[in-house]
Amino acid sequence: MAKREYSYYPGCSSQKGASSSNLMKSVDTMCQELDIQLNEIPDWNCCSASIGYASGSELPRLTLSARNIALSEEHNKGQEIVATCAACWLATKEAAERLKDDESMFAEANTALAEAGLKLQNTTPIKHMAEVIVEDIGIDSIREGVKKPLEGIKIAGYVGCQTNRPFGIAGESFENPMYLDNLIEAVGADSIPTYEKKVQCCGGALAFSEPEKSQEMIKGIIEAAYDNDADMIATPCPLCQANVEIYQDQINEKYNTKFNIPVVYYSQLISVAYGRSASDAALDGQLIKAKKLEDIAGK
Amino acid sequence: MSELNKAMIEQYRNSFLSEVEANVEEGEWVKMCMQCGVCSGSCPLGKHWAHPPQEIFMMIRAGKREEVLTSDSMWMCTSCYNCIVRCPRQLPITHIMHGLATYAKKLGLTPKNQPTAKFAEIFWNNMMKKGRVNELKLGLSLYFKDGFGPGIKEALRNKDLGMKMMKAKRMAASEFFGGHGVKDVSGLQKMIKKAQELEDARMKKFD
Repeated sequence: MAKREYSYYPGCSSQKGASSSNLMKSVDTMCQELDIQLNEIPDWNCCSASIGYASGSELPRLTLSARNIALSEEHNKGQEIVATCAACWLATKEAAERLKDDESMFAEANTALAEAGLKLQNTTPIKHMAEVIVEDIGIDSIREGVKKPLEGIKIAGYVGCQTNRPFGIAGESFENPMYLDNLIEAVGADSIPTYEKKVQCCGGALAFSEPEKSQEMIKGIIEAAYDNDADMIATPCPLCQANVEIYQDQINEKYNTKFNIPVVYYSQLISVAYGRSASDAALDGQLIKAKKLEDIAGK
Repeated sequence: MSELNKAMIEQYRNSFLSEVEANVEEGEWVKMCMQCGVCSGSCPLGKHWAHPPQEIFMMIRAGKREEVLTSDSMWMCTSCYNCIVRCPRQLPITHIMHGLATYAKKLGLTPKNQPTAKFAEIFWNNMMKKGRVNELKLGLSLYFKDGFGPGIKEALRNKDLGMKMMKAKRMAASEFFGGHGVKDVSGLQKMIKKAQELEDARMKKFD
């Protein structure tokens, strides 16, 4: 596979000791296997996610993302920006588009950036890692590199909200995107293309501020996976992963359910299918162990 | 009543729609709503909105300024973008709801103890300190948002989860002392201050 190089925006939750450090580690492993070189944007900052809006109004928020794009344009010249976090990708891409559409806002963002000695060109494409996998590399090429097919594992592909809307992957439907199911099949596992909760909201940041309302939705996401006989749920989104995995005890307590289903990342599936160890695939980062994946990784 | 709120009432007397168009993010789209209700039916937290988006749009046009801005409806938005992709008129509904929430907060009209408004503020302040979110402190501030007593109770309720996250190396006690951040904190803060000034200057009449 030809070597590919991108400017990498990992985001706050993908740092060491943060809630999706297992995403970061498995993405590193996956990229080694796929011959992708990720050059971290030097001194990148938080995008303020989709919850910063109450205190950070429009221009300050756009400027936060503009700083990351400007840093990338200065230090990782000519490289497309790739984010692994849905919120990071969305905020950055949204900022890039809005600053393209609005000249006066673009000028003001640059006036603010000058305070930090930076200048935005805003000519850099902003991609999600899922786009790199689906569009740049292609599902067929992913299939060719599989060394240990994930045979006998049935996986509910949970795309979630922000990886899918409002931008999503070109050519996919907002209501029923298929690329995650195709990827699950490509690594040798069984997909559930009709999984009803594929694009259901998990509550996002409101899982923290409105836990009861959010956990009611998370319950539906897990229930539908069980109804389809899934062994585990796989997702591209760090907040989806955390929300659906870590509150299962609290949901069991409230609703008298017995949920105990692993929630993994697509990058962990690829890492294991490409023959890497459970540790390289960051399976030790699961609160609910993905036993079936660990078994294949240990073979 | 805040000074800004008084000034805005004076300036836009009888035209709440113009006020929204001038001051709310993507507010110029509000008049395009054709009242089909797809947004309200598509919202995952729809049943929790006192006034779903479609209703909010009509209330803005009907001049129901106080009812809209003091409502906790727009704080129910989870940013799932379902409404945006389904709206037949392509209104950026998610952004308008965020914009209304931001504007209401600027005017001091947010309902007291609205949990998402509080969390959003904690999140922003946490992130602005070092340019990156400190998840450990974010969690702790959220537990203690209603004071020390409820904070201890909330922290104990989530103790097992915290221990599991630490064991999985997805939470680090060391974050309490320092933690991740950008190198150029002062540059970043100056930049945001400037952006805020430029934005405030857009609300020209108020000074």
